[in-house]
Amino acid sequence: MPDSVLKGKTIKLGDNISTDDIIPGRFAHLRSNLPELARHVLEDAVPGFASKALSAGGEGKAVLVAGKNLGLGSSREHAPAVIKMSGVGAILAKSAARIFFRNAINQGLPVLLCDTDKISDGDELEISVTDGKIADLTSGITLSCSRMPPIMSAILEEGGLIPYIQKHKDFVLGS
Amino acid sequence: MGKTLTEKILSLKSHGEAKAGDVVIADVDLAFVQDTTGPLAIRQFKEIGFKGLAKPQQTIIFLDHAAPSPAQQLSNDHIFLRRFAGETSCLIYDVGEGICHQLVAENFANPGDVIVGADSHTVTGGALGAFATGMGSSDVAVALALGKTWFRVPESFLIEINGTFPRGVYAKDLVLYLIGQIGADGANYKALEFGGEALARMTMSQRLTIANMAVEAGAKVGLFPSDRITRGFLREHGRGDKYKPLSADTGANYEQVIPVSLDQLGPMVSLPHAVDNVRPVAQVKGVKIHQAFVGTCTNGRLEDLAVAAEIVRGRKRHPGTRLLIAPASRQVLIQAIEKGYVRALVEAGAVILPPGCAACLGLHQGVLGDGEVCLSTANRNFKGRMGNPEAIIYLASPATAAASAIKGEITDPREMM
Repeated sequence: MPDSVLKGKTIKLGDNISTDDIIPGRFAHLRSNLPELARHVLEDAVPGFASKALSAGGEGKAVLVAGKNLGLGSSREHAPAVIKMSGVGAILAKSAARIFFRNAINQGLPVLLCDTDKISDGDELEISVTDGKIADLTSGITLSCSRMPPIMSAILEEGGLIPYIQKHKDFVLGS
Repeated sequence: MGKTLTEKILSLKSHGEAKAGDVVIADVDLAFVQDTTGPLAIRQFKEIGFKGLAKPQQTIIFLDHAAPSPAQQLSNDHIFLRRFAGETSCLIYDVGEGICHQLVAENFANPGDVIVGADSHTVTGGALGAFATGMGSSDVAVALALGKTWFRVPESFLIEINGTFPRGVYAKDLVLYLIGQIGADGANYKALEFGGEALARMTMSQRLTIANMAVEAGAKVGLFPSDRITRGFLREHGRGDKYKPLSADTGANYEQVIPVSLDQLGPMVSLPHAVDNVRPVAQVKGVKIHQAFVGTCTNGRLEDLAVAAEIVRGRKRHPGTRLLIAPASRQVLIQAIEKGYVRALVEAGAVILPPGCAACLGLHQGVLGDGEVCLSTANRNFKGRMGNPEAIIYLASPATAAASAIKGEITDPREMM
């Protein structure tokens, strides 16, 4: 189960970051070697992202803060998997593309939707994942995120779809 | 209150009343993976502890993205996938058979089916009236074992298409125009449903091109009602018995209705680096191109190769422009040979690539160099898509790609018809 309260420092991205920005096809040969693939995560969009994520994390986790339509494009679940592997503990975005959003939750990586214009690069955040509340410790503002369907919250609470299915053996509605 | 096509199919498959906004668990009729998403899906399937497939004969592995493989790691992924197919008795389409979405259309998708594929362009199957959608590896891994998945029932946009395609204007121009209107996230979490009197004249090949790109507006599905053309296509492919009439109820509730008149449409181009950055071809005429690529799950069908062949017949590609052709399936390639399209294309200087995804996603067969410009008939022009973040991609119809390959610059195909 992921931490319900998460502290971390933000790395900010723009709008329309595609799965080809996150892990382009030229690294398709690394998809069965996720630690190696993670070294290249987002390198075309944010040069040196992997080391930036590590240092932003410090003692805690990095928080990826994006604009609208994050993760548009391919169904490659390796994209949220390597974002998580690079030390990102949560994603905040104005909106996220459908498949990426579901994939991230299935990987146990929280994606919270809110007005990310109010958050700056390098801000320290405290995020309450279950309530969808964000406190920006740098600017002093607080933000509320939109709710996800209960089945997604339940999958996230178990740490992703694999542990969820291992536990429940099936999808459970109304859980 | 009537039901949308989406609500009808998901009601049927969840054995209840599915309304937009509900979360339902639906039976899955067909689940598939391809060679860049399949290895992760199968590792997850094993990690969960699953042993067998719910429906082995409705489970497919396609080796199409790296076909044939350009790297040892991908070759090893192929070995892993072939071994899993052997262990579970699922179906496998090996290198050279074609692109997963084309093979699903030719052999599997039927009106009213629920299809999930670990590939975002699974939406292509909506052309046949199937609720077909792309998912990640975990979701498909679970669908393989349980034979079902969960969906939030999407609200629908009705795209009402009227009129007739003018000369030189094709389904690709229509869908690019639509994405330009809706925006890359304008239909996020929604269903696109197609209607209007023009559907009666729209071939299955055209419908597949349109449904294929629904995801580029963010949509979960791009659904066509089934009709005489659907029935004809199913009969031609040996499964006429799978036809059933399926359309939205009158009085169905649409979140938006978007009317389009084909009579007003011209050739369209998506400019770098966003699919919704759409302009009429006149605004980008004259841009020099180093490569033209005709193929993919969007535009690698027989009708597409016919249009390209007609334009290049008796002409030569521009010496500064490579022309790459990738048929969407083995069947398309055979028919293109029989009809003389391959000869016309090769005589014009084209390179024929094996049936498969080819140059589309930048892992082989036409990777671009720094600063190079490609005019592609694919569905995505994101930065880095064709293997190089320093390259530039425009999207257009096969006619525009073929005409541009001859002139060496982006060209209105009507000048060559």
